[in-house]
Amino acid sequence: MSDAPEPITSIITPVRLEYDFTAGAAATMFLRGLAQRKIIGARSRPGEPVMVPPRGADPRTAELTLEAVEVSDQGTVVSYSIVRVPSDNIPFELPYVCINVLLDGAGLAFFHVLQECPLDEVRLGMRVKAHWAPDDQLDTSVTSIEYFEPLDEPDVPFEEIREHT
Amino acid sequence: MAELCGIVGIGQTKYDAKRIDVSMPGLCREAALRALEDAGLGFADIDAVVVGKAPDTFEGVMLPENYLADALGAVGKPLLRVHTAGSVGGSTANVAMSLVQAGIHDRVLTVAWEKQSESNAMWGLSLSPPFSVSVVAGAGGYFAPLIRKYIARSGAPEDTGIRTALKDRLNAHKNPYAHLQIEGVDFEMIANSPMLWDPIRYLESCPSSDGACAMVLAREQLADDAPNAPAWVHATAMRSEPTQFPGRDAVNPLAGRMAAQDLYKKAGIQDPRREIDCAEIYVPFSWFEAMWMETMGFAPEGEGWKMVYDGATALDGDMPINMSGGVLSSNPIGASGMCRYAEAAMQVRGQAGEHQVDGAKLALGHAYGGGSQYFSLCIVGTEKP
Repeated sequence: MSDAPEPITSIITPVRLEYDFTAGAAATMFLRGLAQRKIIGARSRPGEPVMVPPRGADPRTAELTLEAVEVSDQGTVVSYSIVRVPSDNIPFELPYVCINVLLDGAGLAFFHVLQECPLDEVRLGMRVKAHWAPDDQLDTSVTSIEYFEPLDEPDVPFEEIREHT
Repeated sequence: MAELCGIVGIGQTKYDAKRIDVSMPGLCREAALRALEDAGLGFADIDAVVVGKAPDTFEGVMLPENYLADALGAVGKPLLRVHTAGSVGGSTANVAMSLVQAGIHDRVLTVAWEKQSESNAMWGLSLSPPFSVSVVAGAGGYFAPLIRKYIARSGAPEDTGIRTALKDRLNAHKNPYAHLQIEGVDFEMIANSPMLWDPIRYLESCPSSDGACAMVLAREQLADDAPNAPAWVHATAMRSEPTQFPGRDAVNPLAGRMAAQDLYKKAGIQDPRREIDCAEIYVPFSWFEAMWMETMGFAPEGEGWKMVYDGATALDGDMPINMSGGVLSSNPIGASGMCRYAEAAMQVRGQAGEHQVDGAKLALGHAYGGGSQYFSLCIVGTEKP
């Protein structure tokens, strides 16, 4: 049996899970805004932080966030990482800069990518703005923002973003 | 509490990249049988089984607990699964302990596992809902910005993470179950390993492991009669918080601080660094040792890195951390939290062999998961509480 093939010990069988996503009122507002180059968050009432993207309620209090508030497409990098690890479902070329960006007027930071910036110039507190997809590619999806790019403005002092994560 | 709970049996598998010699049930059974042997018991002596593993997308096997009853001797008995992401090994043990403490069951078997080689956990972590961009490549992609923020806030020297990684990788050489035991590992090797998610290097990251961990728990009278001295559960605590809310501090999460305070209050501990002899803390990326020292109250805010620098967390330091080599050396995700508890219990039972802390009487086990949002803790002791 010396010329017998090696035993098969494992096989790769890809699995799929397809589903319809029902956006609900809060995400519908946000996704429709993106198709018009607008970033729409929500808050429970004036003076409270604006949730972007909105999820329908304030996670701290479970109060409904029924008031829609448009926030700026410009913001501040509150943290970042330079990613050099490939992943099948990530559409960016390595290395890329993953930023945690706090938009002006928003009460929550979120992840996106920063482009058009040399890797050694990325820093905490830098100002950035959304780079929108061309008109014919705008959609009710976060893909309407292709990436963020540097804004020619002075950095925000670290003390002002110290607590944002 | 109606009853004291003692850990009377501990079983771990050898952690490895691929355990193709066993199925998932076989892997769990291996750890369970070792725990039962340590306890001098058989499956017939067990009243209920509590299991835990990371989310099902990590292996692509849905509801695996449904077919584990035979392998774990649970036919005709309560079999319960706990879900709290990467902290699940800790919270699973907490639930099992509470069943004994509440007087519901006399003896409970608890098992946690992961068989990462059966699928791609990084894929399972990178799902793409339409309201967020897919930019976070695996757990490291999520945690790297938090580490960056910690460094900026604390002013910690850039090599703090390398020092923790070196300590844990050297400790792993003393643990026969550890997955990674890297020949000739030194500061330079870690410093020169590829940067994956800046500032996290390859050798500052946990591996993907197959493995299972099991514990047999018993109420006081039964634990008193166990063949090997039990580790007594002094206190457990759990807290969680959402991944995002205004004002959230994801570097030093409120849920983590509250869980620690609750734990120390229940255990009657005033000064954790002085009173606790050693701890097994969930550190999947090296910098989290410094960060969790602060959350756990072992160091003031902004000074956790000094414990790493001063050697306080080394095996011969005043607060040894991850004597087993920790998650950096073995990461069967769902089991990783229970491994922390089991290793803490082994210390106070005097079972830790080459990585034993001399005279350890009180030890802490810690697990965290999700986006630094789920926390499970326990304190175990040689003496009854």
